Amino acid sequence: MTTATLIDQNLVEKVLTAATARGGDFAEIFVEDRQANSATLDQRRIEELTSGRERGAGIRVVIGETTGFAHTADLSERGLLKAAEAAAAVARSGGGGTKTVALESYRDNTTRATELPHDVDKARKVELMLLADDVARSQGSAISQVQVGLGDTSRRFLVANTDGVFAGDHQVRTRFNVQTVAVGDTGMQTGYRPVAATRGFEWMTPERISEAASKAAQQALTKLASRPAPSGDLPVVLAGGSGGILFHEACGHGLESDAILKQASVYAGMVGEKVASDLVTLIDDGTMVDEWGYLAIDDEGRPSARNVLIENGVLTDYMWDYMRARKEGRVSSGNGRRQTYAHLPMVRMTNTYLMAGTQTPEEIIASTSYGVYVAQLGGGQVNPTTGDFVFGMTEAYLIENGEITTPLRECNLIGNGPAVLKRVDAVANDFSTAPGTCGKDGQQVPVGTGQATMRLTGVTIGGTAA
Amino acid sequence: MSELLQLAQKILEQRVGSEHIEVFVSRSTENDVRAYQGDIEDLTTASSDGVGIRVLTDSASGARVGSAWAGSLDETAISEALREARDNVRFATEDEFVAFAQPDGVTAPQLNLTSPDVDSVSLDEKVALAIELERAVRDSDPRIRQVDSASYSDYAVAGAIASTTGIAATYARTMAYLSVEAIATNGEEDQSGWGLSAGRGPRDIDLDRARRDAVQRCTRMLGAIKPTTRKGIAVFDARATATLLSIIGGALSGEAVVRGRSFFAGRIGEMVASPRFTLIDDPTDPRHFAASPFDGEGLATRRNALIENGLLRGFVYDTVSGRRAGVASTGSAQRGGIAGSPSAGVRALQLQPGTLTQEEVFREIGDGFFIESLIGVHSGVNPISGDFSVGATGLLIRDGQLAEPIREVTVASSLQRMLLDVVAIGSDQEWLPGTAAGQTLAIDGISLSGS
Repeated sequence: MTTATLIDQNLVEKVLTAATARGGDFAEIFVEDRQANSATLDQRRIEELTSGRERGAGIRVVIGETTGFAHTADLSERGLLKAAEAAAAVARSGGGGTKTVALESYRDNTTRATELPHDVDKARKVELMLLADDVARSQGSAISQVQVGLGDTSRRFLVANTDGVFAGDHQVRTRFNVQTVAVGDTGMQTGYRPVAATRGFEWMTPERISEAASKAAQQALTKLASRPAPSGDLPVVLAGGSGGILFHEACGHGLESDAILKQASVYAGMVGEKVASDLVTLIDDGTMVDEWGYLAIDDEGRPSARNVLIENGVLTDYMWDYMRARKEGRVSSGNGRRQTYAHLPMVRMTNTYLMAGTQTPEEIIASTSYGVYVAQLGGGQVNPTTGDFVFGMTEAYLIENGEITTPLRECNLIGNGPAVLKRVDAVANDFSTAPGTCGKDGQQVPVGTGQATMRLTGVTIGGTAA
Repeated sequence: MSELLQLAQKILEQRVGSEHIEVFVSRSTENDVRAYQGDIEDLTTASSDGVGIRVLTDSASGARVGSAWAGSLDETAISEALREARDNVRFATEDEFVAFAQPDGVTAPQLNLTSPDVDSVSLDEKVALAIELERAVRDSDPRIRQVDSASYSDYAVAGAIASTTGIAATYARTMAYLSVEAIATNGEEDQSGWGLSAGRGPRDIDLDRARRDAVQRCTRMLGAIKPTTRKGIAVFDARATATLLSIIGGALSGEAVVRGRSFFAGRIGEMVASPRFTLIDDPTDPRHFAASPFDGEGLATRRNALIENGLLRGFVYDTVSGRRAGVASTGSAQRGGIAGSPSAGVRALQLQPGTLTQEEVFREIGDGFFIESLIGVHSGVNPISGDFSVGATGLLIRDGQLAEPIREVTVASSLQRMLLDVVAIGSDQEWLPGTAAGQTLAIDGISLSGS
């Protein structure tokens, strides 16, 4: 179904006119209809299926550098005009004259989806969850618990503004998570694997689900033999696809133009400067079809794009949304995103990755005499002012004499983003991606991350072994 | 009877046959102002409605639940949600322990958790607070280079829970916050610091408190070093302690226990902590910002002692986890908004204060490290195994006094050890928004990884 039917075009124009009646420079209306389904399986029981639906509109008015924002679930003319008036309250001067709104012809977009998740027979979803449970348990008798989560969203939105933007997108995302617990003499260990894509339910094949389930189980089983991790400064080899989140957090956030314009990032004023090792080319790319951070257009109606942020170690550009680009007299890079209609858009990443190199992963491991091999990084956090970061290692091993040896207990990795970028000393050719959820100012959006096997130095392992 | 409760009860009238229905409705309004360079950066005013519906069917082999939610209280949205919830029931596995809450005779505490000021103070005055906070932070210290964001936020929320099993509960709550993030520089490096003050309404918040916190935190971190790796006593400040307590609280959830996901499972009656350590979950204490008369299933909340003088006393349960464990609900169902289903969890933790001020704690321990902020907590703590390894910033403590600031370090131990290794608890209890109040807390045996 086209997103153009979310709201009548005449009403869009009426609302935009009302929103700027008190002198706003710019107004935007964002209308969204979102459906979500989720289900969990725990201890072989399907616990509860949940379905939800949310519809509403967010209206923002910009005057100078001030933004007024209001949102409403009432999509009637009365409801929308009331929200427009609330958003316009920041325009205190009043009476700037009426703005003529000339909308472009409508641009509609849609995610590739042959099976919309909402139309998929719920019994089939349940079967896939049971399959994941069976596969995970069949990996070993030490697997004591399996949890499977399924979530899908179908998000239709339309966005229009006083610059004439008039576009919509139907974004469909499907996700499966498998979590396992293994019990042994040394206590309990956990495993985790997601399958996620900006695609219809056709992505969730029994093969993909089984692979994730067996890997989640293997991870927990392997960790039963884990020893406390060392502590201190050691070379770290990140497996392909395992650690892109580190660059998302530790570098990507510092390249978002809101932090740059507020001089709150270590990368402010550094365009053209060497900020990383020659091996580092960092890209944010919303056009990567099927990836978790894929978008046809961003939440401000701007087409997504492939933006090179760092090229061979040199900082080339930042990421931009409408407000920040406007301030600098340039165009948005397609990075204006919002969690829902009830949130203000801001600069956000899409799929952020480091380009692959030429070595093989085996060469990198073989040339590391003592260090840590990270097969999966967990979540992390970064202080954008200093660039200091922390990440959990959910699956890691010791490297001894160029070989991967003992599995390590979970612990954190800490370091400084800008420093680590300069100390990437090897990048392999096995690029792969991973799905994630990025939180910023209380808003969660889906993002993709990616990298090939690579080696970092100058990172501290926060283990407990002497 | 409140309008929301009436609305919820009207939905219950649509019950068909022997099914049970539980309805949760909520309505909220919010204001958010962010100030930047003496002006408004953005101003949000909004109201939101929502409904969450759960349907339960019972049979000889157990009960099943299906649920649905909608971000609106209009009739079409409600009927759609009810229809979806009924459809979802069919796919759940029958479970003898699944049930809705039933009134248990416990009287809900009378709590006044609202301030009329959220409504009566004008938007202009609220805007002025944010702008004043920004200015005050900027003018506090020449080393403050930037105020990244200074904001005022408030909300007022009202809700009702009703069910065909006899539940009828309502609540209302308001909150107001001032928060600010400042960046200080010494010409060579930058450090940021965050300050907050919270209250039920705009007249209950302390602007100077938020200002002082942010300024002190960023300026005293300037020149931070990465210390050498060592083991010793960590002194957590009130905010870091609150974070630590909420992690421990997660493992005290009956849900985690019955599912075998807590390191406390099977240890009731054992000494799990230092004898100085007494932790209670008490949503009936109105000083706690998370106080609430009812839990997420509409049962009265109550004071639950979890750890008393080091002895593990009990866990918190909702109806279903309680049935699995063979005990009654402790009025501890949590619900993550309209889209969330109830599950057992702590709500309003407080650690019994000790007798020492923060300075006295420093003097008592002599040498150690003071932890002002923890980062990477969601990735660095495993509530099942108890493994703990978290990024931290703070200051070294030498000869009983604060010394150099430290950064890029991790603090590691296990939650089990940390509880037993508590060596001092401060008297400086602070009511913070979130699950736990906090105070100075000193714990021995912590590995600090640096260079």
